[in-house]
Parts: sequence; structure tokens; C-alpha cells
Amino acid sequence: MLNPDSVGRTFEGANSITVTQSEIDSFCAVIGETDTTVAPPTFSIRISLEQSQSILSDPTVGLDWTRVVHGDQKFEIFSPIKGGDTLSCSSTIESYRVAAGNEIVTVRSDLKSGSEIALSSWSTLVVRA
Amino acid sequence: MIEIGAALPAHTFTINRELLKAYADASGDQNPIHQNEEFAVSVGLPNVIAHGMLTMALVGKYVTDWAGGSGNVTHYGARFIKPVIVPANTDVDLTVTAVISSVENGLITLDLTATSGGVKVLGMAKAVVKK
Repeated sequence: MLNPDSVGRTFEGANSITVTQSEIDSFCAVIGETDTTVAPPTFSIRISLEQSQSILSDPTVGLDWTRVVHGDQKFEIFSPIKGGDTLSCSSTIESYRVAAGNEIVTVRSDLKSGSEIALSSWSTLVVRA
Repeated sequence: MIEIGAALPAHTFTINRELLKAYADASGDQNPIHQNEEFAVSVGLPNVIAHGMLTMALVGKYVTDWAGGSGNVTHYGARFIKPVIVPANTDVDLTVTAVISSVENGLITLDLTATSGGVKVLGMAKAVVKK
């Protein structure tokens, strides 16, 4: 079970991530996008899920990632990601509830370039009973 | 014509096991439910299912094609209501349509519908684009 003290807490990622053009190219190739000058809108999930997973695996949080199913996903894009961007990630547990024995957790991840926010995303994760 | 209620032309994407493997490699999501039938069945799924984020990425491609590029999307969200089931050696469809639901200050909201085999797979799917 999630530790209730985790709700509302923000966890800063330890390392910043530099996005390579080849990562964007590979992602674009899968969906048939030929313009690779900026990343497709959902590209950042690659960074934010990995970062928030590592951040929220902190044992004080208590989230069991092995039973997580993705319930919904939302992006707000302030500035599209480009190859060479260096981004830092922070994740906040915005809400938590239990329904029919499943834990439902909403995590917001903010990707920043320096002090400027590039993108916020919200993932609702369902931890199956 | 950009006006509220206008429908955009439908587009159909093809999803198969090869695409799931390619998406797993490009996204880093190597969860075996998206590649290994035996594993998927062992956790109660009918078969291998597509990554929800692959479905969202393809619907996103539909949006960015209409919007004139990936840089023109400001908001995008969806709920994963049903899995896209992908049997071996089979091409399944992902059919996308959209209706313009708002036009305001240069921002257009699209209400998106995505189905596979006639089953709606995304709920509350919306994107906001600059156009």
C-alpha cells in the first residue's frame, strides 16, 4: 500500500537527462513520423515514466510497480522537446484513492530545461489488488 | 472548415506484433504483456495487448498530421478503457476519427475516437492544437 504521507510530496530526479536525436528518430520511425525536428507529443513518456518509476521506487513511498496498470495519461506541452535538450524531472504524487481494493495513484511529472518548464504530464496508475 | 462540430477524415493505422516490438525498443517499455503471449495469458489477458502509449502515440500522429506538425500540440490526454488485442501473425486496425469541439483564441480542441475491431479503446481522448 502507498504510504499516505507520500501524497502531495514532490520527488526530484537525481540526474538530468539529455535527449538524443537518435531517440527521437527511433520514436518517430515507429509511428511513421518523417519530421523529426521536434519530438512527437507522447515522446516524453519515455523519460517521465522511467524517471518517476525510479523516483517513486523510494521505499518510503510504498508503491508496488510490479502490479501497476496505466489508467490514463495527459500531457501539457509548453515547449516541444528537441534533440540535445537537457531536462530535469520531478514527480509529485497528486492524488491517491482505493477503489474495489485497487490503489489509484495520480503522478504528475514536470520536465524542465533549466528553470523553464517544458512539459507536464499526468499518469494515473492503477495498482491492481 | 474549422468550426465546432466539423468532423475530420478518419484514418486507419495497422498494429501487429512487429510494431509492438519496435515500440518497446523505441520507448523502453519492455513489459512482456506486449510481446509474449504465454506471459500475457498467465496474467489474465486474452492475448498480447498493445502498449496503451503506442495507441496514444498513433492517435497523436493523426492529430499532428492535421495540426501541421508535432510542435503544434499543446495538450493531449486519454483514458485507456479497453486493450488493443494483437494476436500473432495478424494485422489489427486502429481507426481514428475526430470532431472539433472548441475553437478559441487560436486553439482548437479535437474530441478523438479510437477503435480497434469496432471496440472503443480510448475514453475522454482530447487534444488541443494551434492551427
